[in-house]
Amino acid sequence: MSENGVLSGTFFMNGDIACAEGAISAGCRFFAGYPITPATEVAERMSERLPHVGGVYIQMEDEIGSMNAILGASWAGVKAMTATSGPGFSLMMENLGLGVMLETPCVLVNIQRAGPSTGLPTLPAQGDIMQARWGSHGSYEIIALVPSSPQEIFDYTIDAFNLSEKYRVPVLVMSDEAVGHMSEKVVIPEISPENLVSRRRPEVPPEEYLPYKADGDLVPPMAIAGDGYRFHVTGLTHDERGYPVMTADAQDSLIRRLVDKIRLNRNDIIKYEEVDVEDAEVVVCAYGITSRIARLAVQQARDDGIRAGLLRLITVWPFAEDRIRELAQQVKSFVVPEINYGQIVLEVERCAAGKANTMLLPHMGGSVHSPHTILKAIKESVQ
Amino acid sequence: MKMWRVPFDLAEKATRPTKVLIDKERCKGCGYCVEFCPRAALRTSDELSSKGYSLVEVADESKCLGCGLCTVLCPEFAISLEIVATKDREDILRV
Amino acid sequence: MTDTPTPVTIGETEIDAFLRLDRMPHIWCAGCGIGTAVGCFIRAVERAGLEPDKLSFISGIGCAGRAAGYVKLDSFHTTHGRALPFATGLALGNPELNIVVFSGDGDLLAIGGNHLIHSARRNIDMTVICINNFNYGMTGGQLGPTTPLGARTTTTPYGNTEYPFNVPCLLAASGATYVARWTVMHPREMERSIAEALVKPGFSFIEVLSPCPVLYGRLNKQSKGLDMMHDYLARSVIRNGADPKDVEMVPNGTIVVGKFIDIERPTLWDCYKQVFDRAKEKKDK
Repeated sequence: MSENGVLSGTFFMNGDIACAEGAISAGCRFFAGYPITPATEVAERMSERLPHVGGVYIQMEDEIGSMNAILGASWAGVKAMTATSGPGFSLMMENLGLGVMLETPCVLVNIQRAGPSTGLPTLPAQGDIMQARWGSHGSYEIIALVPSSPQEIFDYTIDAFNLSEKYRVPVLVMSDEAVGHMSEKVVIPEISPENLVSRRRPEVPPEEYLPYKADGDLVPPMAIAGDGYRFHVTGLTHDERGYPVMTADAQDSLIRRLVDKIRLNRNDIIKYEEVDVEDAEVVVCAYGITSRIARLAVQQARDDGIRAGLLRLITVWPFAEDRIRELAQQVKSFVVPEINYGQIVLEVERCAAGKANTMLLPHMGGSVHSPHTILKAIKESVQ
Repeated sequence: MKMWRVPFDLAEKATRPTKVLIDKERCKGCGYCVEFCPRAALRTSDELSSKGYSLVEVADESKCLGCGLCTVLCPEFAISLEIVATKDREDILRV
Repeated sequence: MTDTPTPVTIGETEIDAFLRLDRMPHIWCAGCGIGTAVGCFIRAVERAGLEPDKLSFISGIGCAGRAAGYVKLDSFHTTHGRALPFATGLALGNPELNIVVFSGDGDLLAIGGNHLIHSARRNIDMTVICINNFNYGMTGGQLGPTTPLGARTTTTPYGNTEYPFNVPCLLAASGATYVARWTVMHPREMERSIAEALVKPGFSFIEVLSPCPVLYGRLNKQSKGLDMMHDYLARSVIRNGADPKDVEMVPNGTIVVGKFIDIERPTLWDCYKQVFDRAKEKKDK
């Protein structure tokens, strides 16, 4: 641990712990959370480590309080995070929307477990992916990253903070219990501050500052509380001054900008990994823990003479529509293994637009796919 | 005013010339200032504001003590008093 | 003593410095007491000598919540019931900020009730002004957690069958270190009380009883703001230091106002600050 409390080196740690360390390496200095299996260890680690770096941990009375507390801390100028699982994720939805509306940078980690309702608290699933996109009310766009290993949860938590500061939007890290509770090698590099992104601050004096006036990149500079800008922000539909305006015109310009600031910048945001896709006749589209198993199945399929490839989604939202559309021209089928009864498959099918078959390989949750079931699906899909 | 014992600071506390200014864009005619003015210096007028509220007007400015109760009660921030202080005694305006 | 007397203005023009003039006049009904409370708050800020740039004003949803849009401070109009956890994040994110939460009885005591008791328990350094108009005004006059027994609201057409909270008692029991109740008919006392609360470290809570002439008042035969103001005058009695258990409001009974609790207790930040040293010791071992 360096003098300033940030770790560096090679460690053997579980996903939850790696997530907390990723946050600290990213500059997170505030965590508000509530214990929930399987995310509790993120909170526990933050409660221990934040004081080492001069940060603050608070355990709120519920997840709703946690989501609001991180918004408040972000407006005080501090990088803030919370971590939860399905039931808490549902509670946080209204105020995730507040974060979107106020354009507040923050990170929300969901270590997914099987649902619905109390479900299987200690076992993995990927059933909250659509909720991540549409869980709050209204029209909005969100960014969600899906790690598949403790190393990745460390790396993507840092990416999440950087994206949230750049685009002034809450960013979701959608992990699962398998990744959260597995222990693997995690390399924590020393990160210099120039490589961390912080929100752009106003360059004009308070009299000239309009809290929601954006330039070409559609992201307004953000004043923080106590700097003398005397801004007003509200969850009501508002104009560039931040004042509530009750008209369809105000709604139109605000919503278009909130959505477009993500959509129009999707080439900067969307990330995926491809294995053996160039000549593939079938592409397995997978994410998170499932992608690790799919990787092996794709290799086995190749060994069996099938031209199979893997498209591993790293950002699941915004969805890699353009890439799916391209691949649909090329492949015969997509196979979509996911630990739910069909969520990302809907996006794949939509974007394939009938040009390729789409085959869902669902797992209801509680454990993960086995390689041979994915291999079997790959073989079926090219018959 | 009849007093059987004259206070030492009567001269300071005597009514000072006060101008009562009512913002016609803000007044909503709730009547709190009229009702609770200790000297009945204000009254509801026949004039309507641009939004249709019955405006308040000064009934008798010479009665105004400058106590400021109307200004602190007014929910619309619509009243201000311009008080000609006999000394630089802004603090006596804050009770 | 000067020869030419200096004219001094009190009232509107000094308050104006703290108002978003481009949003005046405000939306509150004629006779609504929220504007009066906001005026008392602004004068209290001056009386307390606070630096306005360091003041963060957080509100929730409801008529009282609209106050955030009218004050010229860093202001946050958050979601229903969630002003307090949002304010908690601000308070801990930057302990130099002065935190004020200004909201209504429904927002703070019903949907926000859980956050209220925990924020008081933690003794976070903030001042909470709770405008109690005995109903949910913004949505048209429904029952709230402070509606008197037997009162009519749009969701209690046959009379309220629930007992209301004894708000000062709830706050005192939760651990608030400053608890007071005033009505809008006590603007001078309210101003002084808010000024005290603003400078006092710890969780300060001030309940402000306020007329809602158009809804609660009209449904309960007090359709003019003046009716309720006279009611406050007639029924209220100032008892500073009263036991919060004894200030329950009963229909047509005495309204006890005053400063009930004013105690000292370490704030959340006082306690958390010590954690940094303990963490360092443990790390160095």
